[in-house]
Amino acid sequence: MSRTRQWVVPLVVFGALAFVPKLTVDIPYLFKSSLNTPGTLQLLALCLVFGGLALTYDLLFGFTGLLSFGHALYFALGVYIACIAVTKWHWDFVPALAFTALVGVLLPLALGAVSLRVGGIAFAMVTLAFAQAGSILVFKNPYKWTGGEEGLGTDYTKLPEAFVGIFNTKNLYWLALGYAAVVFVVVQWAVSSSPGHIWQAIRENELRVEVLGLRPYTYKLMSFVLASFLATAGGVVYLLLLGGATTDVTGANFTLTLLVMVVIGGTGHRWGALLGGILYTYADHRLSDASSSHAVSQLPSFLRTPLQQPLFVLGVLFILVVFFVPGGLARLGHVRRPRTLQRLQEAIQR
Amino acid sequence: MNLISVSDLHVYYGESHVLQGVDFDVPEGGVTALLGRNGVGKTTTLRALMGLVASRGSIDFDGAEIANAPTHKIVRRGVGYVPEDRDVFAGLTVDENLRLAERDSQPQYDLVYDLFPELKQRGKQLAGTLSGGQQQMVAIARALLNDNRVLLVDEPTKGLAPLLVTEVARVLERVSELTTVLLVEQNLGVVGRVARDAVVLDTGRVVHLGPAKELLADKAMVNRMLGVG
Amino acid sequence: MSTFILLTITGLGLGAMYFLVASGLSLIYGLMGILNFAHGAFITVGAYGMWFTEEHLSGIAVLPRFLLGALAGLVVGGVFATLVELVLIRPLYQRHIEQVLVTVGLALATVALVIAIWGNDARAVAAPAWLSETTTVAGAHIPNDRWIEILTAIVVLFALNAFLRRTRYGLIIRAGVENRAMVTALGIDVRRAFTLVFAIGGVAAALAGVLSNVYFGTVDPQRGTSLLIFAFIVVVIGGLGSLRGTAAAAVVVGLVQQYANYYASSGLGDLSVVLLLGVVLLVRPRGLSGSFA
Repeated sequence: MSRTRQWVVPLVVFGALAFVPKLTVDIPYLFKSSLNTPGTLQLLALCLVFGGLALTYDLLFGFTGLLSFGHALYFALGVYIACIAVTKWHWDFVPALAFTALVGVLLPLALGAVSLRVGGIAFAMVTLAFAQAGSILVFKNPYKWTGGEEGLGTDYTKLPEAFVGIFNTKNLYWLALGYAAVVFVVVQWAVSSSPGHIWQAIRENELRVEVLGLRPYTYKLMSFVLASFLATAGGVVYLLLLGGATTDVTGANFTLTLLVMVVIGGTGHRWGALLGGILYTYADHRLSDASSSHAVSQLPSFLRTPLQQPLFVLGVLFILVVFFVPGGLARLGHVRRPRTLQRLQEAIQR
Repeated sequence: MNLISVSDLHVYYGESHVLQGVDFDVPEGGVTALLGRNGVGKTTTLRALMGLVASRGSIDFDGAEIANAPTHKIVRRGVGYVPEDRDVFAGLTVDENLRLAERDSQPQYDLVYDLFPELKQRGKQLAGTLSGGQQQMVAIARALLNDNRVLLVDEPTKGLAPLLVTEVARVLERVSELTTVLLVEQNLGVVGRVARDAVVLDTGRVVHLGPAKELLADKAMVNRMLGVG
Repeated sequence: MSTFILLTITGLGLGAMYFLVASGLSLIYGLMGILNFAHGAFITVGAYGMWFTEEHLSGIAVLPRFLLGALAGLVVGGVFATLVELVLIRPLYQRHIEQVLVTVGLALATVALVIAIWGNDARAVAAPAWLSETTTVAGAHIPNDRWIEILTAIVVLFALNAFLRRTRYGLIIRAGVENRAMVTALGIDVRRAFTLVFAIGGVAAALAGVLSNVYFGTVDPQRGTSLLIFAFIVVVIGGLGSLRGTAAAAVVVGLVQQYANYYASSGLGDLSVVLLLGVVLLVRPRGLSGSFA
C-alpha cells in the first residue's frame, strides 16, 4: 500500500465520523435514539475512547511483543490523578492536566524500568502485580483522596465549560474522536519510524536485535512509556466523559477485557485493536440494554438469566472467536494471515 | 524389504525451507547411516519421522502412512528414539527414566543391564547428575527396553571421549543384530564399523544413496559431500 | 506475643488456601504451558456448589449438612475442571495461546453467570459451631477453622507428593513438566495426563473454595478472582512447576500479608505481597525453587 493511500482511508473515515453529531439519522436496533442525541453520542464517545485505549495496548503487545497484564493501571492513573487534582486539591484544570501528564510519563518510566528487567511470563506477572497494587491503593482511600469503593465525582466548576453539561455531549464526542485519531496517528507514525522498526524486530527475534549491537531494553522502555502515556491521556478523556472516577477501571479484570478487545480485533494492525475496542464497548453497553428488552424477557428463565449479564455473553462470544476466528476480525478482511496468536506465544516464551 | 520409505519430504521452520524434497528408503535389518555436514537437515529428518515437526510429503512405515501422525502413535508402532541431546529426565532417577519408557508387557531389562551394567548400579541416582556418557547409556537403554521395529539414533557419540565412542559403536553393532537402525552420525569411523547403507544429505536434499563401505572408500566423494578431510 | 501467634496461625491458614489453588496452577502451567485464568472459576464453582447443596439440605443437622456440602463442592469443581479440559482445552491441543485466551473468556463468563443467578451479594454459609469457636494457644485465641485449613493443606501436600512420586501418572507428569515432547517420544499419550492435571487442579481449587467459605463465613462471586491473583503471585514466587516451591511461597505470602496488615497498616498486607513478587522476580527471576519454564 503506498504511503499516501495509507493516510487517505483513515483520514476519510475519521473525517466522516466527525459529522455524526450533525446527523439526525435514526438507526433502529443498533441505537436507542438518533445519532445526534446525547445518549447515542455518549455511547459512541465511549466506544472511541476504548478503541483508542485498545490500540495503545496493541502498541505494547501487538507491535513490540510485550505481554502486559497491568496496562489498565495507566488508564486508571489518568482518570484518578486528574480527578483528585481538580476535586481534592482544588487545582485548576490546566495545571491538573499538566501534572497528570507528568505522572503519566514518570510513573511508567519508573515501573517500566523495573518490570522490563524480566521478560515473558515474569514480565506479565510483575505488571499484573503493579496494577493490583494500584487497585489496592485506590480502595484503601489514602487521605480520603480516591473515594475508595464508591469512587470520586469531579468538581464541575473546575472543568472547561465546553465539556460540562448534557448539551455539550457533542463536544465530548469530538474530544473522544480526536483522541482515537491522535492515538491512531501516533501509533502509525511510531511504528513506521526507526525505533518502531526495532520494536517489531524485538517482537520477532530479540536475540537478533542484541546481536546487531542494540539494547532491546531501551527500546522496550520507549514503547512502554509511549503506550502508557497514551493510555493516561485516554483516562483523562474518560474522566471528562463520565464526570467522575470509578473503581472498575482499576481491576485486573479490566486489563483482561483489554486483551479481549485486542484479540477480537486482531493485533499488530493499525485498526484491528481500534475496531475491537469499539465493538466490545458497544456490545457491552447494548447487551445491557438488550437484556432488559421485551424480546429477552419472553425467554425461559434459564436462557434469560445468563443473557442479562453482558460479560457472560461477551465471555462466551470471546471463546467462540478464539475457536473459530483466531486471528480476530482483522483476519477476516486480510489476505496475509496476521500472526496475532503467534505473537502472544512468543511473548510468553521470552 | 523396505521398513521405511520417505518420499518428497518437506519441512519448514518458520520461513526456512529445511527439507526440500527428501527421498530415501530404510531397508529392514542392519544399520542405515544418514550423513551430511552440520545443518543439512539430518536431525530434522528424524524429527519428521517421529512426528515431532510438521512435514509435507509421505512417510511409509511398514505399509502405513505416518507423516504428521501423533508422535505417541508413531512410537507405539515400534519406533525407538535416541535424540541428539539425549533428553533424559534430569529430575528423575535412572530407574524412573527406564520405567517411564516401558511399553511392552515384558520390558527387556536383561538386555539393557547386560549392555549397560552400570545403569543397574546407579538405579537410584538422579539422571541429571550422570556424566554425558552415562546419560547416553540411559538414552539408548530406553529405546532398547521395548521390542522396536526400528531405532532412530541421532549422533550418539557426540561429545563423548574416545573410549566411550568405542563403547557406543560396540553397542550399536550388537543392537543392529536385533533390529533395524537409522543412524545419524558424524563420526565416520563408527559409520564404517556398523553401517550397511548410507544416505547423504546436502542442503535439504538427498545427494547420494548406496552401500556405506563404498562411499567411505571414496575419499574424494567423502571430502566433497561431508566436508571432512 | 499472643497477637503474633494469632497472626502466624491466620497467615498459615491463608497460606493453606493459596497453596491449594497455586498447586493446581503450578502443575497445569508446568505440564501444559497454560496460564489457567479459569482456575478462579473452579474455586467459585466449588464454593457455590457447597453453598447450593447446603441450602437444599436445610432440614438436616449442621455437621452432615456441612460435610455433604463440602463434598458436593469438591465433586462439582472436579467435574467442571475435567469438562473444561475435555471440551475447551483439548481441542486446542498445541495451540497454547488460544488455550490461554479460552480460559480468560471462561473466567469472565463464569463469574458473570454466578452473578446472574445468585446476585452480587455475599451469602452466608453454614458450618459447625465448633469452627467459629476459638482454641487458646499461649494466650492467643485462634479461631478453629484455621486448624482445618492448615491440616487440609498439609494432607494435600503429602497426598500430591505421594501421587507424583509413587504412581505411573505421577511419573509421567514429573517427566512432562521437564520435557513434554520427549514423553510423547516414549509413546505416551500426554493428553490423558493433561486431563488428570486439570481434574486434580479443579478439586484442589474447589477445596480452597470450600475452605474459604468457612474462613470468611460467606460465599461471593469475586472470591475466586481475589484468591486467584494471590495464587498467581505464589506460583511465580515459588517457581512454576515446583510443588515444594509453591508450598514454601504460599507460607511466605500468607505470613507477610498478615504481619504487614497488622504491624504496618491495614491494606498494606496485600500491597506488600505484590511488592514481594516484584522484588523476588527482579532478584531471582526463576522464583524460590529456581525452576522456571
